[in-house]
Amino acid sequence: MSITPIIIAVAMMFGLGIVCSLLLAVASKVFFVEEDPRIAMVEEALMGANCGGCGFAGCNAAAEAVVAGKAGANVCVAGGPAIAARVGAAIGQAVDLDAEPKVAVLNCRGSYRVNERFDYQGIQDCRAAALYWDGAKECGMSCLGLGTCKSVCPFGAIEMGPDHMPVINTNLCVGCGTCVKNCPHHVLHLETLSERLLAFNRTDECVPPCRQLCPAQIDIPRYIRYIKNGMPLAAVETIKERNCMPLSIGRVCPHPCEDACRRRFVDEAVNINHLKRYAADIEMYQGPTLNIRVARNTGKRVAVIGGGPAGLSTAFFLRRLGHSPEIFEMMPKLGGMTRYGIPEYRLPKKILDWECQQVVNLGVPVHYGKKLGEDMTIQSLREDDGFEAIMLGIGCWTSSAMRCDGEDLPGVFGGITFLIGQGLNKPLPLGKKVVVIGGGNTAIDCARTSLRRGADVTLLYRRTRKEMPANMIEIVEAEREGVKFHFLAAPTKIYANKDGNAAQLEYIRMELGEPDASGRRRPVPIEGSNTIMEVDNILSAIGQRADLSFAAKEAEEYRVETTKWSTFAANEQTLQTNIPFVFTSGDVFTGPQTVVKALGTGRRAARAIHLFVTGQEVTAPPSELLKPTPEALIPHITGVAEEPRAHMPELTIAERSLNFKEVELGLKPGQADRESQRCLQCGNVCFDQSAFDELFVEA
Amino acid sequence: MSKFLLMVISAVLVKNILLAQFLGNCPFQGTSKKMDTAMGMGMAVVFVLTLAGAITWAVQTFVLEAFDLVYLQTIVFILVIATLVQFVEMFMKKAMPPLYRALGIFLPLITTNCAVLGVCLLNIQYEYNFVNSVVFSFASAAGFGLALVLFAGIRERFAISRIPKSLEGTALGLVTAGLMALAFWGFTGMVKG
Repeated sequence: MSITPIIIAVAMMFGLGIVCSLLLAVASKVFFVEEDPRIAMVEEALMGANCGGCGFAGCNAAAEAVVAGKAGANVCVAGGPAIAARVGAAIGQAVDLDAEPKVAVLNCRGSYRVNERFDYQGIQDCRAAALYWDGAKECGMSCLGLGTCKSVCPFGAIEMGPDHMPVINTNLCVGCGTCVKNCPHHVLHLETLSERLLAFNRTDECVPPCRQLCPAQIDIPRYIRYIKNGMPLAAVETIKERNCMPLSIGRVCPHPCEDACRRRFVDEAVNINHLKRYAADIEMYQGPTLNIRVARNTGKRVAVIGGGPAGLSTAFFLRRLGHSPEIFEMMPKLGGMTRYGIPEYRLPKKILDWECQQVVNLGVPVHYGKKLGEDMTIQSLREDDGFEAIMLGIGCWTSSAMRCDGEDLPGVFGGITFLIGQGLNKPLPLGKKVVVIGGGNTAIDCARTSLRRGADVTLLYRRTRKEMPANMIEIVEAEREGVKFHFLAAPTKIYANKDGNAAQLEYIRMELGEPDASGRRRPVPIEGSNTIMEVDNILSAIGQRADLSFAAKEAEEYRVETTKWSTFAANEQTLQTNIPFVFTSGDVFTGPQTVVKALGTGRRAARAIHLFVTGQEVTAPPSELLKPTPEALIPHITGVAEEPRAHMPELTIAERSLNFKEVELGLKPGQADRESQRCLQCGNVCFDQSAFDELFVEA
Repeated sequence: MSKFLLMVISAVLVKNILLAQFLGNCPFQGTSKKMDTAMGMGMAVVFVLTLAGAITWAVQTFVLEAFDLVYLQTIVFILVIATLVQFVEMFMKKAMPPLYRALGIFLPLITTNCAVLGVCLLNIQYEYNFVNSVVFSFASAAGFGLALVLFAGIRERFAISRIPKSLEGTALGLVTAGLMALAFWGFTGMVKG
């Protein structure tokens, strides 16, 4: 056999190969497109998998984006820090390797109601097709449950859960945002922990009514869902994104959320607050203690004046955002009014101690016994100590005057002074017959505390029981424990005995007249109805004010503007005062209010301070939801079976006598489970989960 | 003219490259999950296959047959098609950036598409002249695109259908392709030969 054909074939292929390669070589010269050489270098550094996880069309597009400055060196979400370092080296850019990871979050609780905000993206996202299989959907923006997000996720981090809602595995999610781009209903979004901590309810967000009414804006349905699924620690973690004191709040909050609960159209509101206490108690008593995630240190120092709920909240959130807050507290312990204003039987001190310690443990130094105006001034904190921002959360620690003769006599105490003495373990001397004046929670606290010290207690209030600002549960408990109520009566004069101590109280009967500005009917004295009663002590709890005397010691340019109610004047949404680096929160801004309100304003101040110290413009939270949305306030609901509300076991009246044991004992595990299932998991307009289940029986 | 019409109908429907000749099954399964992708792939194949048909006919006539090297046909065609695709990609990147971006990743994918090689070989086998080759190549590619788009239309519906776990993905894709092939067999007899 001749060898010639082989040689010819080889020569032919060789020749053709040469021709082709020459052609391509010439073509690549002729058709050369100017490209930044760095693009090739970056592309080299990338993995070349073309996975699309970064959101660009392949690694080449990602490289172009990096060089064009449209993406950071950490563009490759799949590659992690190692690749980011290589890309960074290629373009000569320092890489922020510890950048906070983003994860996808589902902002929908699942509804069968859908119509607006819908981008048609092919039949697999088609609403009509979904309707064909799964029936009508009514909510304007809810999750369709079609699993587009699952199918597009390049990292397999999304599964469709049993309720046909995506479940995002945060360990696998790299925050590439592919699902966010593909979700036809925009119910997925990306966020970092910091963004979550800084977020306030938005008008364009799906916010259930309870969360709209909560002064701290806690994501209530989410944490109740965690409790329902047997994950109380995850519940606490959710709560602590908004509220650093769930143990205390779970005991003392007047829970406006429960007034908004849609469940009350069926039977009674869900026992939201006690579920919070249940989860928080598990963390404290059974552990393990939550490892609170904190962003990278920024080294920005912030002085927080006042270690009450507002100050603790500000310090807690600033610390979680990576800043270095320091608390200045005039009292020997943290907690402010929650410690000194709320009696032991409602909030045991050891629980408060533990809770405050959690904040300190994040790395927040506390300077005890430091009072603004005495030990430091705004000027000294700014100029000598170099704090970049200052938060004033000094609270309302002075009792308002009764404006009646003899109120300065020995034996007449301010209600808050009395409670502080109690809290410091240095109780003021108390006689047998005590009269408490006022109708708020402080008055009730004074009355119930005096009762526990063995006194015979009468409470004087100038309007009727219906108008009392105190929580109804507190009034009822006080009545049950034996506080005598004297309505429609106001003090006019206090007479001293021969030792100079208060001994007799003259009061006048009132009647209700026309409603005043607050909508309550104005009490009008009945002339000549003056009566005298024998007393040993009088506790005046008609109101509290902030002590702003420190301002006199400040230089002119460091004087914070105040209002006529002796509170600080500040922007409602940013809490920034007339001095740009001074912020405020809590009672000293709002006037005497609830603990949860103080916590909420504390976080708001933390957000503004974060913007300030990081050099951003201090602006109001974007599209903030300032008043409840009308569509969330639906008048009735259907299709939910009745199930009675769980009531917390408590001490009997006899067991409470003459001691300060905690009255409420906490929900039992079985009770909490049942109660958590009562939650309807509402969204903005949706609530009916049972109907949702029926639609998906087969699938 | 009727000869061309017949040839086109034959190539598109009767001897559909995908569903009657069973060539190019891998892009058929791989790029048919979304309508957009299927369209892009169809366009790219039409573009490349028409060019490849012309070039390979020339290579066959002026090189292989002229030098009596027809036994090297397969390997030479592969080389030529690959070079062609690379060349076209570079040319388009320079001259027609929008089209380049639109066809994107599909152009290099065609380099190794057996449908392209198959049609080029068929051109020779049927002893077509240059014009016939180009028309037949174009028609075959159009048939490829048609089958791909139809198939993608069906597959998109799978996304919202309840499919038994064991049949999800390629399994049901192949079953569907089989059924479609049966349907296309119905065209046999419309055109003789």
